[in-house]
Amino acid sequence: MDLSLSTRNEGDRTIVAVGGEIDVYTAPKLREQLIDLVSNGSYHIVVDLEGVEFLDSTGLGVLVGGLKRVRAHDGSLRLVCTQERILKIFRITGLTKVFPIHPSVDEAVAARD
Amino acid sequence: MATVRLQISATPAHVRTARLVATAVARRSGVADSALDEIRLAVGEACSRAVSLHEEFAPHELITLLLADQGTFVVTVRDMGPTGAEARHIDPLEGFDGLGVPETFFAGNGGRMPAGFGLALIGGLVDDVEIDPAGDGPGTVVRMSWPLG
Repeated sequence: MDLSLSTRNEGDRTIVAVGGEIDVYTAPKLREQLIDLVSNGSYHIVVDLEGVEFLDSTGLGVLVGGLKRVRAHDGSLRLVCTQERILKIFRITGLTKVFPIHPSVDEAVAARD
Repeated sequence: MATVRLQISATPAHVRTARLVATAVARRSGVADSALDEIRLAVGEACSRAVSLHEEFAPHELITLLLADQGTFVVTVRDMGPTGAEARHIDPLEGFDGLGVPETFFAGNGGRMPAGFGLALIGGLVDDVEIDPAGDGPGTVVRMSWPLG
């Protein structure tokens, strides 16, 4: 399954719903999406990973890159994920300490630092 | 000893093919369903790393996967890239704990994680993994195994 992306806004939050597989082949598409959003002034991004079937280190790199870009504008990048097989990858790499990970989009949208 | 041998060129799209084949062969060999996600990720990481190295250093060489039922399910991924220091030990993700993500993680490589990061993820995932310089020429062999049944 290829990568699918859809974006919508809720207030000043931009939600990117990702579906399918994020790997070395598809991750550039997600990276371009995040760069476009930041370039267009969206600095508070929620990436919904609930539809993701596969995530590898390339995908992690894209998410960390996105986080660095929004932080440069005092923004935020929050993740939505309840899938254990995906959460495990964040734990192994220590990225649970880098990303706020929420169980639902509503909670991620409502969250403030 | 049932063996499947797969060779791919340094094309990111083929990494997915390798994952699918590895998972299918693992299932057929009798690996527990609960290990299949781990195999899919570990094989993908090993192949992504190999593709990145080949794109830079050996674009016309093929990457070789061997999937073998040897009492355990054994996957070896052989690249033809240079044998660097990252091939000889698994970096424990130093510097990746907390907010100070080093710039070097993003330098070059098209914004991808460096080759050592994928190996570190494999090391965190797979109990039985060996990473050695290939004995018969350039490149590195990543060998991983999982119990059957």
